[in-house]
Amino acid sequence: MAQMRYREALNQALREELTRDERVVLMGEDIGVFGGAFKVTEGLLEEFGEARVRDTPISENTIVGVGVGSAMTGLRPVVELMTINFALLAFDQIVNHAAHIHYMFGGQARVPLVVRMPQGAGHQLGPTHSHCLEALFLHVPGLLVAVPTTAADAKGLLKTAIRDENPVIFIEHESLYGVRGEVPEDAEQLVGFGRARTVREGSDVTIVGISRMALTAERAAKTLAEERGVEAEVIDPRTLRPLDLDTILASVAKTNRCVVVEEGWPHGGVGANLAALISEQAFDDLDAPVKRVTGADVPMPYSKPLEDIAYPHEPQIVHAALAILGLEDSGGTAG
Amino acid sequence: MPGSLPEPDAAREWLATMTLIRRFEERAGEMYARAKIGGFLHLSIGEEATIVGSARALREDDYLISTYRSHGHALVRGTPPENVMAELFGRVDGCSHGRGGSMHMFDLARRFMGGYGIVGGNLPIAAGIALASDLKGTDEVTLCTFGDGASNQGTFGETLNLAALWKLPVVFMVTNNQFGMGTALRRHSAVTDLQRKGESLGVPGMRCDGMDVLDTHAVISEAVRRVREDRQPVLVEAITYRFRGHSMADPEEYRTKEEVAQWRTRDPIPAFGQLLMGEGVIDEEEFARIDVDAIARVDAAVAFADRSPFPAPESLYDDVYVLDDQVRGSYSVRTTSPEEADPELAAASETAQGDSSGEIPEQITTALQAGEDGS
Repeated sequence: MAQMRYREALNQALREELTRDERVVLMGEDIGVFGGAFKVTEGLLEEFGEARVRDTPISENTIVGVGVGSAMTGLRPVVELMTINFALLAFDQIVNHAAHIHYMFGGQARVPLVVRMPQGAGHQLGPTHSHCLEALFLHVPGLLVAVPTTAADAKGLLKTAIRDENPVIFIEHESLYGVRGEVPEDAEQLVGFGRARTVREGSDVTIVGISRMALTAERAAKTLAEERGVEAEVIDPRTLRPLDLDTILASVAKTNRCVVVEEGWPHGGVGANLAALISEQAFDDLDAPVKRVTGADVPMPYSKPLEDIAYPHEPQIVHAALAILGLEDSGGTAG
Repeated sequence: MPGSLPEPDAAREWLATMTLIRRFEERAGEMYARAKIGGFLHLSIGEEATIVGSARALREDDYLISTYRSHGHALVRGTPPENVMAELFGRVDGCSHGRGGSMHMFDLARRFMGGYGIVGGNLPIAAGIALASDLKGTDEVTLCTFGDGASNQGTFGETLNLAALWKLPVVFMVTNNQFGMGTALRRHSAVTDLQRKGESLGVPGMRCDGMDVLDTHAVISEAVRRVREDRQPVLVEAITYRFRGHSMADPEEYRTKEEVAQWRTRDPIPAFGQLLMGEGVIDEEEFARIDVDAIARVDAAVAFADRSPFPAPESLYDDVYVLDDQVRGSYSVRTTSPEEADPELAAASETAQGDSSGEIPEQITTALQAGEDGS
């Protein structure tokens, strides 16, 4: 194991896969000479050259479309969109094309494409630069969606994404790039899709945390244990499609209570989806309705005090867990 | 550019393929009116020379990528009419296995990289295909066709710029049939000289007479040669006209019957037939036989499509993903079990497809009365 930052783990995954498979090509805005807006691709242009590490014009829809076409005819493109906010400009290529080509052409063509991008609020970037949109991509059949939280998962999941035959939406988090963690050094130690990570075991309540919220949930669980004697089991699904529902349901069968925490909006969110799945498939295990802690149902405001209360923090998760345990009044935590 | 006649066998094949496309499209229109075909149906009647003239400028290992008006592009690449008609009928033997329909034809083996339902959606994909050709060290060329309307999409500017910047081997062919759906060129594009629309993006332009298969072939051949040798994209504008509506549900109130009649005098098929007869390549008997053969081929395609089964309800979830044995978890959410879904799905597909004795949907009869001549 080696200690490294999340961004370094991603960089290592890209370097290893570029080395392993000559079909792997990187494309994106400022990924080459500049080294990536978040420095994820730093040094790769020098190492692998302009043919395989390609700076692109600011043309998101076309960059993704070039990824689609090149994936259909034999490359393994990894497209970086500078942030998830700009993915909205590429929605046509992602949804109408990347996601549907395998199905609508009767299985003849494959689109082994990875579209990487970070999301997240907290840097006072206002409404157009603070999105958490995993739910939008989760909605679309044909896409796989990965949301790595730790440095090890960032590396292991990205390597799996590059080797997968399906289009993968790989959602990183701006606030996690600098976070350090232990990362396996073995280049063949991948993290498979559809395998949730049990961050912490507990028997009182299940807390499912999405993307950065898995870390926030872990901190909340520590507080719950230390201050209230509540043992929360924290689960990080790691991929939302495919979804390891079995691990979540097994945990709910043990704890009988579930809180889902996400940074995105409540309506049609990941938590809404999980709450539906859990209540459909494990209603008898539940002692209380599934509770959601989500981003506020508003465009992200710029002003710091407003931004702070517009996405979940540890106290809200603690409160939600205590509320469904009947240890505290339920407040307006969801939405 | 003066187009010279190809070898006699090639000339006969071009005429035969244009005729096949014409007869195929006419029959598809009839089958649509009989509710054998659902959804939208965009016919390329009048545009056959743009299809055959351009595709015959390609090698077999070159790629062709098209739009939602793409039956002819599949046919010209060699996809059997049986499989194209079966796709229109929504059957398992369709070239996209009944998943795509009229707008989403595909034939990977013949390097026909698809019809695409989103205007301008195929341009970036064409650039990606060309990038893969380039990085694999081949000299393959990608021919990307799209309509005049697509030249206003963001992907047009984005892709031409990127293709020029990266020196990608793409021939961008704008099939200018004078209308973006029902909006005339002069009403949808500030620059109507479309061959010039790529100049500021570093893509030189050329133009051909899309009603003349020889001229189209000559100009596209030159474009393909330049792209292959110079590794630089080219934009070719083919001037043409669609004789029928944008789709079958088009009352054609945006143009006059006189205008359509005027363009019909330039019909590329009789024009090329006359030329070949004048040059002594074929005689009248052979000209007639080519047409009879095309009709027979289309008859066979319809019979085949009619016999081909609908996809089984249990195939609904097939090919959403390339499934990996190593991956756990659920890829797709099935809200009902297949057993429960079966009768419902079967009933739904019956209703949606109708049968030969069924009534013609109202919107189609309206369209027919309003302008479709049924010929």
